Amino acid sequence: MHSDRQSRTPMGLKIAAGLGLAFLHLPILLIFLYAFTTEDKSYQFPPPGLTLKWFAVTWNRPDVWEALGLSVRVASISTVVALVLGTLCAAAISQTRFFGRETISLLVILPIALPGIITGISLRSAFNLAEIPFSFWTIVLGHATFCVVVVYNNAVARFRRMSGSLIEASMDLGADGFQTFRYVILPNIGTALLAGGMLAFALSFDEVIVTTFTAGQQSTLPIWMLQELVRPRQRPVTNVVAMVVVLVTFLPILAAYYLTRDGDQISGQGK
Amino acid sequence: MSTATIRAGAILPGRGGVGGALSDAFWRNPKLLLFVMLTPPLLWLGIIYLGSLFALLLQSFFSIDEFSGLVNREFTLKTYGELLRPSNLDIIVRTVTMAGLVTIASAIIAFPIAYFAARYAKGRWKAVFYLGVMLPLWSSYLVKVYAWKLILAKEGILNWVFDKLHLTFLIDGWLALPVVGGNSLSVSLTGTFLVFVYVWLPFMILPMQAALERVPGNLLEASSDLGASPRQTFTHVLLPLALPGVIAGSIFTFSLTLGDYIIPQIIGTSHRFIGMAVYAHQGTAGNIPLAAAFTVVPVVIMGIYLWLAKRAGAFNAL
Amino acid sequence: MPHAVTFQKVSRHFGNVRAVDAVDLEVEVGEFFAMLGPSGSGKTTCLRLIAGFEQPTAGHIEIFGETAEGVPPYRRNVNTVFQDYALFPHLNVADNVAYGQMIRGVAKAERLRDAEAALEMVKLPGYGSRKPGQLSGGQRQRVALARALVNKPKVLLLDEPLGALDLKLREQMQEELKALQRALGITFVFVTHDQGEALSMADRIAVFDHGKIMQTGTPEEIYRRPKTRFVADFVGSSNVLSPDLTRRLGGPAEWASLRPEDIRLGGEARHEAQVTSLSFLGSATRVTLDLAGEKLTVLLPAGTDVPAQGASVRFSWDPSALHLMGPQA
Repeated sequence: MHSDRQSRTPMGLKIAAGLGLAFLHLPILLIFLYAFTTEDKSYQFPPPGLTLKWFAVTWNRPDVWEALGLSVRVASISTVVALVLGTLCAAAISQTRFFGRETISLLVILPIALPGIITGISLRSAFNLAEIPFSFWTIVLGHATFCVVVVYNNAVARFRRMSGSLIEASMDLGADGFQTFRYVILPNIGTALLAGGMLAFALSFDEVIVTTFTAGQQSTLPIWMLQELVRPRQRPVTNVVAMVVVLVTFLPILAAYYLTRDGDQISGQGK
Repeated sequence: MSTATIRAGAILPGRGGVGGALSDAFWRNPKLLLFVMLTPPLLWLGIIYLGSLFALLLQSFFSIDEFSGLVNREFTLKTYGELLRPSNLDIIVRTVTMAGLVTIASAIIAFPIAYFAARYAKGRWKAVFYLGVMLPLWSSYLVKVYAWKLILAKEGILNWVFDKLHLTFLIDGWLALPVVGGNSLSVSLTGTFLVFVYVWLPFMILPMQAALERVPGNLLEASSDLGASPRQTFTHVLLPLALPGVIAGSIFTFSLTLGDYIIPQIIGTSHRFIGMAVYAHQGTAGNIPLAAAFTVVPVVIMGIYLWLAKRAGAFNAL
Repeated sequence: MPHAVTFQKVSRHFGNVRAVDAVDLEVEVGEFFAMLGPSGSGKTTCLRLIAGFEQPTAGHIEIFGETAEGVPPYRRNVNTVFQDYALFPHLNVADNVAYGQMIRGVAKAERLRDAEAALEMVKLPGYGSRKPGQLSGGQRQRVALARALVNKPKVLLLDEPLGALDLKLREQMQEELKALQRALGITFVFVTHDQGEALSMADRIAVFDHGKIMQTGTPEEIYRRPKTRFVADFVGSSNVLSPDLTRRLGGPAEWASLRPEDIRLGGEARHEAQVTSLSFLGSATRVTLDLAGEKLTVLLPAGTDVPAQGASVRFSWDPSALHLMGPQA
């Protein structure tokens, strides 16, 4: 018997796990370094010098602001739509039993289970067939479709943890359906919805594959970055934008984690 | 207790108003409430999403007129026939091979992380590992690809490290190889492979960790108690029990690689992948039917993959 | 004066399952009424029909003479103590207890004062600021009780109220519930699968099986004079004798019930059987007899002589102890 096996971690495993985590994080850290490099013609490492001047340059770029503004607006509206649709769907699936529940939960997951390019080209060809011109709303249409699942996953997990008799208890004590929603259901699923909403925002803010098919001539921030990646023209500005994007997406993820950590975990597979 | 709150009757009068009436109606007929809740999401997903998917599928049975370049809206299997051309078959084989290799590599790298996080990490470290996987998973896809453009560039950090270690000949030797080689890492299939593995790795770690966490610790002790060596315990106990997680993770890595068109476009050679072919056919070429037929390929492959996984009993343990 | 609760031919079907099947029931005002039965016998569904969580498929329900079907739970002056207590996790104990009054628009100071009084009544004074998660199972149950009673319901419903408590706490709560019910004079209807609990607490018991009421009566009646084999067997695990066996033991050819504690061993009894097993229960010893292939259980109080296993013993009973249930029970 080796009763101490639990407490002693094999050295090899420790190193392999550490290296794996380093592999995941070093490239992202590199982005932060490059945002300060003085080199503006190549990706030279190590940077010949460090400077803050590219932040000022980026700050004064109207195209970056425009792309950022569009991304924020798209993400906000997509999140609101996803919150409404995802919560309704989660409530229906988890609070009632009916024929076809499995099919509906599959339908909600499908937009992220299938490769993004399929969602993208489907929407694009449907817009073409229906002769809908590309606009702000065609982007939102695509984004909201795959954001629903993130809200749905978080809400379903919380509904499952919530004792089914809470709603009955509230009604038993004299609260009608709307009072029960306001005083019992909302306080209990509120943080899960907030977390789901933040993840939906991050997902939409970062989305590029579907967006390339539904955006037409407009540029969201990821589209702007994609253009820079394919044909680099503004390396230093791209470096700064990349760093800002990392920071902007990290905050909602961390917040979502702290909102849901006691109990259900944020559904990573939801992405 | 105050007497003011004592209520006389056993049945209280209705509240009146629209809210009261609605609330009563929902209670009397729960199906009505279900209908009200499900209609908006079903309309959205059913009409916008499923409608688009079916429209796409439909178009894969159309064909394109080679002279006018216009879509001919008559049922035909001609477009699917075009998929079998050697150049298109090449694309399919290349993509599937890449997806397979990426999946295997991800599983190998993911295992120690998932195993450590599931079995040894406690309390604070558990949170560190969880966030350590979640943050890269959720951070911007394009930024991650961009980071590898920085890493793999000729003047980038990887070449610099190998140069400092006087190992540049290793990279040069590898790049001289056919198929996997190229002018530099950022324009080689090796580069494409590395970026795929990096970007999809977290999708392998999370389900693997979830599966390993369900393996009771005493099972491993029972195995070694019965005389199994650590290696035997690994192959006969741990691996079979972790398999559902590996399969779940591989569904993500495989499917995501099959459908991606941005990574090979930015880091890679001129050899096309399915996603790039779809993008090119629907865009510049305007050949929507062929693009549609191409998108059916990953769906069919994933269908076969799931069917095989199911037949192998991978879902029984879930 | 109307009954507290009246069921007239009430049915509740779920698809093909008849959870409650044409039940007639009358609960008197101010009584402690138990609905007893195995799981799936329809007793909980009956409770939910009174509360308004379920609607009858057929039949008529009255609460204090007023029609209840079609009335949602929030319009019934009836409150429930749930099996899992269903305390709101996001509210503290005081706000949980004050919830009903908050909904009714009672001013905050007043409802919190009432809540504290109710908590005192269930022996949890000063617990108002705690969260339900910080309480033990027994304490949570008392809070659930206070939360229901503070509304002064016409009927209090209790769904397996003691099921989750350990034995010692359960016995203590039985006493307290009984005392509380007497002091408040509120009609209590409680559901249980534990016959001991029903016998010791209730004024009257309805025994359920397969969606029907098999028998309604006082604990004494149910225990001494079961009407059917099921009741005899379920309440107090009586020896249920087939008509053939009853005849062999000198009675008429009818189903009969013979309580294990009513059988005496030894003496000049006419009947003889083999001891097949013995188990020591503390206050008594259970002896299983084999009577030509039929099993018979005997409960010997502590202090009496216990026969050896395999021994042949003579046994007898007081003629009044053999309770006949008719040829078709």
